Amino acid sequence: MNALGKAKVFDVDKIRADFPILARQVHGKPLVYLDSAASAQKPQSVIDAISRTYGHEYANVHRGAYYLSEMATRAYEDAREKVRLFINAASPSEVVFTKGATEAINLVAHSFGRAFIKAGDEIVLSAVEHHSNIVPWQLLREATGCVLKIAPMEADGSFNLESFAAIIGPKTKLVAVAHVSNVLGTILPVREIARLAQAVGAKVLLDGCQGIVHQIVDVQDLGCDFYVFSGHKLYGPTGIGILWARAELLNAMPPYQGGGDMIESVSFAKTTWAPAPAKFEAGTPPIVGAIGLGAAIDYLNSIDRVAATAHEEDLLRHAMSSLAQVPGVRLIGTARRKAAVQSFVMEGAHPHDLATVLDRSGVCVRAGHHCAQPLMELLGVSATTRASFAFYNTRAEVDALIAALRKAQEVLL
Amino acid sequence: MTQTATSSPENPEMIAPEITFAELVENFALFDDWEDRYRYLIDLGRKLPLFPDSLKTELNKVRGCMSQVWLVTGHPPGDPSKFAFAADSDAHIVKGLIAVLGVLFSGQTPAAVASIDPEAAFAKLGLDQHLSPTRRNGVVAMVARIKAAAAA
Ligand SMILES: Cc1ncc(COP(=O)(O)O)c(C=O)c1O
Repeated sequence: MNALGKAKVFDVDKIRADFPILARQVHGKPLVYLDSAASAQKPQSVIDAISRTYGHEYANVHRGAYYLSEMATRAYEDAREKVRLFINAASPSEVVFTKGATEAINLVAHSFGRAFIKAGDEIVLSAVEHHSNIVPWQLLREATGCVLKIAPMEADGSFNLESFAAIIGPKTKLVAVAHVSNVLGTILPVREIARLAQAVGAKVLLDGCQGIVHQIVDVQDLGCDFYVFSGHKLYGPTGIGILWARAELLNAMPPYQGGGDMIESVSFAKTTWAPAPAKFEAGTPPIVGAIGLGAAIDYLNSIDRVAATAHEEDLLRHAMSSLAQVPGVRLIGTARRKAAVQSFVMEGAHPHDLATVLDRSGVCVRAGHHCAQPLMELLGVSATTRASFAFYNTRAEVDALIAALRKAQEVLL
Repeated sequence: MTQTATSSPENPEMIAPEITFAELVENFALFDDWEDRYRYLIDLGRKLPLFPDSLKTELNKVRGCMSQVWLVTGHPPGDPSKFAFAADSDAHIVKGLIAVLGVLFSGQTPAAVASIDPEAAFAKLGLDQHLSPTRRNGVVAMVARIKAAAAA
């Protein structure tokens, strides 16, 4: 597609030098970090931005009339503008800072949900959702009496658009699905999902935690109404996340929490809200988190993201074919459209045992239900082992994973 | 059903360790690499008495994130003055850790159970990383249940 991006060689060694932690060892072995889907490592520029802010430019935002507070406010609002450009939102007032994707989804469930969803209305989720995109809707169901419906998944982990089309209808008020599955890596057909949902008058929330990491996101082009993600999976700090929503929705939604910074005027008789996004940012916000996320976005803009994605796809293909050759290993999640996340199970070895033994070889993988217990039940397993890849990983690290797995088999079986 | 004569839901076979903790420390000291240490640990787990499937209930489940662990407490056969337990996990390494907890706690007096410091013991075996509260493998939760049951 992008001949220019393809033609360039992706210099992974140069990229790795930007991430100081990748040079360390664990248990006397070079670190092989294959858990970026849980949280990504940070480039030096993000670490520097955080320490520069605290060291030189720190004060509370939106309050002080003095130079330092103005500087901090500007840096905080600059970060919002960076996010806006990164996801191509129409206006910075559509970008709400939260403490993470989980809070962003809870915000929508609480504010949009309680204002616009009534008993008998339907919310459609997919079978692959993270608990963060299940439980807030269950809480809303308890509060309102709305109905949750689950769009099924194919055996290979792909999304079934036909079944989805069949379960949505005039009662569907919201469709809330992952952009990319954190367990299976499946890239959901989110444009088609949004088109079908909007045809029945439903709003669409995309959980972009994994999507924004592996895809170039243009929220206007996706056709969704809400897009949420966490900064820490996007090479930024923890404690910061994004809720993007269309301006007309944010303006119609009531506040989620009350406090300072979110009001226009307060009296004991009546309080009026500030316009979005301030309406949804009660209290002192995660200032340094936002600035750190801005630095992470600067970093991503400084590298060739098309080449980075191609590199991740190469790692995934290499991992899938290498894993398939290990006796007793079964891949979980083999949809055609996939991002660089691979779950698997190994006959006779519990994922917990595998992760524990792999750790001794310096290999960090995730074992467990990945906060997606309903999906585990559907897959008929209690847990999987998951290797997830970022553009700073290498083919040699995939080989190290395979070697460590073979060694684990010797120990465990 | 896979049950032995001595292990039934009403009366599961309690862990009756064949070695002392001092012997366990000696055995662990024989290995100089982690592979052998893990192999030995897993072998210890394999030798645990059978835990009846019917006891793998929600009630007996111990909170752990990555693997499933079940635990029931009681007394050694014919000795109500002492504490004992039976437990199982679907993960081999956790099962080995259960065996280590068995050596430490099963068959001891309630006073001894209360005084044993499992953290120090795991450190002596070089297994202390498994007893950190951040490793949600159920070991910390098992110790809490064992201590509470023995004190009750
Ligand atoms: C798909 C998906 N949704 C939601 C979350 C929750 O993100 P956070 O814990 O950062 O709020 C995650 C993180 O694991 C995820 O992968």
